[in-house]
Amino acid sequence: MAYTLNVNGKAVSADVDGDTPLLWVLRDTLGFVGTKYGCGVAACGACTVHVDGEPMRSCQIPVESVGKAKVSTIEGMAAHPVGKKVQAAWMELDVAQCGYCQAGQIMSATALLAKTPKPTDAQIDEAMNGNLCRCATYVRIRAAIKRASGQKEA
Amino acid sequence: MTYHDLNANRREILTSVGAGGLTLAFSMASKAEAQDGGLKPLNAYVRLAPDGKVTIQAKNPEVGQGVRTMLPMLIAEELDVAWEDVVIETAPNDPKTYGRQFAGGSMATPMHWEELRRVGAVARAMLIQAAATAWNCGPGDCTTAPGEVIHTPSGKKRTYGSLALACASVTPPDPKSLTLKDPKAYRIIGKPKAQYDVAKIVTGQPLFGIDVRRPGMLYATYEKAPVFAAKVASADLEAAKSVKGVRKAFVVDGDPNAFAPGPGQIGQGLMPGVAVVADSWWAARKGRDKLNTKWADHPTSKQSSKLFAEQAKTLAAGKAQRTPRNDGDVDAALKASAKTVEAAYFYPFLSHANLEPQNCTAEYKDGKLEIWAPTQNPEPGRQLVAKTLGMKPEDITVHMVRGGGGFGRRLANDYMVEAAWIAREAGAPVKLLWTREDDMAHDHYRPAGFHFFRGGVDAAGNVTAWHDHFVSFGEGTGFSPSAGMGPTEFPARFVQNCRLEVSTMPLGVPTGPLRAPGSNALAFVMQSFIDELAHAANADPLAFQIKLLGDKDVVGEAPAAYAAGRMRGVLKAVGEMSGWANRGKLPKGEGMGVACYYSHLGYFAEVAHVACSPDGAVKVKKVWVAADVGSQIINPMGAMNQVQGSVIDGLSAALHQQITIDGGRAEQSNFTDYPLMRISEAPQVEVQFLKTNFPPTGLGEPALPPVIPALTNAIFAATGKRVRSLPVTPDMLKA
Ligand code: FES
Ligand code: FES
Repeated sequence: MAYTLNVNGKAVSADVDGDTPLLWVLRDTLGFVGTKYGCGVAACGACTVHVDGEPMRSCQIPVESVGKAKVSTIEGMAAHPVGKKVQAAWMELDVAQCGYCQAGQIMSATALLAKTPKPTDAQIDEAMNGNLCRCATYVRIRAAIKRASGQKEA
Repeated sequence: MTYHDLNANRREILTSVGAGGLTLAFSMASKAEAQDGGLKPLNAYVRLAPDGKVTIQAKNPEVGQGVRTMLPMLIAEELDVAWEDVVIETAPNDPKTYGRQFAGGSMATPMHWEELRRVGAVARAMLIQAAATAWNCGPGDCTTAPGEVIHTPSGKKRTYGSLALACASVTPPDPKSLTLKDPKAYRIIGKPKAQYDVAKIVTGQPLFGIDVRRPGMLYATYEKAPVFAAKVASADLEAAKSVKGVRKAFVVDGDPNAFAPGPGQIGQGLMPGVAVVADSWWAARKGRDKLNTKWADHPTSKQSSKLFAEQAKTLAAGKAQRTPRNDGDVDAALKASAKTVEAAYFYPFLSHANLEPQNCTAEYKDGKLEIWAPTQNPEPGRQLVAKTLGMKPEDITVHMVRGGGGFGRRLANDYMVEAAWIAREAGAPVKLLWTREDDMAHDHYRPAGFHFFRGGVDAAGNVTAWHDHFVSFGEGTGFSPSAGMGPTEFPARFVQNCRLEVSTMPLGVPTGPLRAPGSNALAFVMQSFIDELAHAANADPLAFQIKLLGDKDVVGEAPAAYAAGRMRGVLKAVGEMSGWANRGKLPKGEGMGVACYYSHLGYFAEVAHVACSPDGAVKVKKVWVAADVGSQIINPMGAMNQVQGSVIDGLSAALHQQITIDGGRAEQSNFTDYPLMRISEAPQVEVQFLKTNFPPTGLGEPALPPVIPALTNAIFAATGKRVRSLPVTPDMLKA
């Protein structure tokens, strides 16, 4: 069945089964491959997107449940006022190693800073704990969030 | 997204240069230049454009270790070009031109430090020669500044871009004849550079194996037996095909010996299984769910972690199968020791758990096969595909694509063979993607191991006896892949009475290298038992380690030389950094532990500071690392990231991870039961690189091994409880 979705501010349509997770619609049907598959069970955060501004695991969202909600992916972050600051901090500190988790990290960090412009360490932990980084770039992730929020990097 | 035809239209002729086996391929003039918009390859690595952009080939696979940036830095430095003007391309898989192309052993730095700087120096000399010819002067009258040749007497300048064409007729000089830059003049080496692909990473552009798309591409999933290499007994292919979008479903007989080709070899042949090919990966998965596959009996279906442990105990109680080292008289020395300690240690199987599950895209057309693979080891993959599919290697092209983590997993090419087989059978381009569960069930695991120690110290705090009976896996006199230990394992050669024994039992589980293979396990047991002896001797563990290292600079000979002086250097440094001398002032429940380890040519000493609570929870507050990897850190930005990542990776494994085998299969299946450390647990990691007078060596691995015993030694300091088995669990530490 054909679903019309709002992705990064544009209407796009996908002819897929209703139970297909948003992750696979984004990646395989619509070509937004920046959103990544890591676990399929909400345990890694690699597939994080924003649904109406909230960070969500797209591997857990059947496409039929998206409806009119606004979906943003990493490909849309350059046009997001907070997202682009987060991306800039990520580049300056060269956070990534393999880079595979980083789209999800940036989506979670952007959602955090959009709500909490100056997060404490505890708030960073809480917001980012669902995002695994196998390369363990956590020291830099924390520093980049601080930098993007204009706080001192520990 | 096009990964295709990188450089495919360039004609390269291999030229051997110099006596040292150094080979550079210099391109001859060809049609390709016209097609290339005037770009002029100077050699296999360097291409100049009229606008001054310099394209450099990155020869090795990138899996997050930063070589795609670091190796071109070496060329750019000697070529004398502004880093901003460098464009990096992934080289074709072409070992005849580039030598071995792989990501492993932290070898990229030691193998290329000299060679690639000379590649850059040759290109620079050719540019100087071209300018000198144009100016009708000698090359000695010319020098360079980034991106331009300068005529020293007059101050005249020519940009590199303007010399691109003229360079074609310049004969490249012998690389060995050139003088390399004084490190003091470096503009790129030693300066922090962000990864070349950083902008693509943060904006989510297609980069990884999983992102490859081909016109008309189908998606595949491949179900294999949970008992390794068991054959398919039956599968309901029709049910799978009835799912919307599924195009094909078929059984692959494969090779039931796929993972055990011979002693010590990493198996990576085609495992038996069932392939489902569909219009989308989700449809393929839904089809797979309907297969109801039954697996044939397999001789290894009874093996379990519990049985391995029982067997290990039995083997340890008997006479060792072999004795790779027996110095002095261990039994007599133990009798004469002031204090003796006996302890049994264990470490579990581990999975690599690359965040990007294994995947590969393959396209078979007119007898030729094109493959896009996030592999650490492209050429052996190509050979393996050729052998398995009965093709000629020259009919197969493998493109190296960025891998979402390597850690040694992608040195094996099992996913590549599967994708190639399925694509040929499907008659269409196919992207094979493993599920996370496939990935965890079909790893080449870090092997488990058992060590049974006896040791002694004298009244002055010297180690007088060291006896390790290592019970591992293998058959005959061979070890299973990455399950071995050498006869020079430290503290062998530093203790007069030293016996190393080995017994092995057969294993029906694929094993292979995991980041710092061997060392990631041996460091834990060796450095923990040394700490036990230090405490038995009532000594300061750090001073005890320094004393054990003796006073010689180097012990033994290459390739097994151990630079004891370098290790003493990092131990002293980490003691100062961490405030080791003041550790007595830590609050109750907190402690510091120290450990050191030499691997992959790097000397590392680390201190961990932990806080343990009565419920058995461990919080790592901070880790200090002192590292000696030689005279030059090539890219400090990447180097720091590698070390911090290695440290947290090691802690993650030690505190959380184990693969257990039961009924012949791995019991864990996803990050829910095989957790990785999360940001809330990750400590600060302070790093100091000691600059010493040795050639630079690699950083992908050697920082990892010592952090595990530093952690467990710190837990002992905090709680008085000795961790002799990994992972650390709260039960072990409850007050
Ligand atoms: S893929 Fe969705 S949380 Fe891991
Ligand atoms: S950078 Fe590799 S998983 Fe995070």
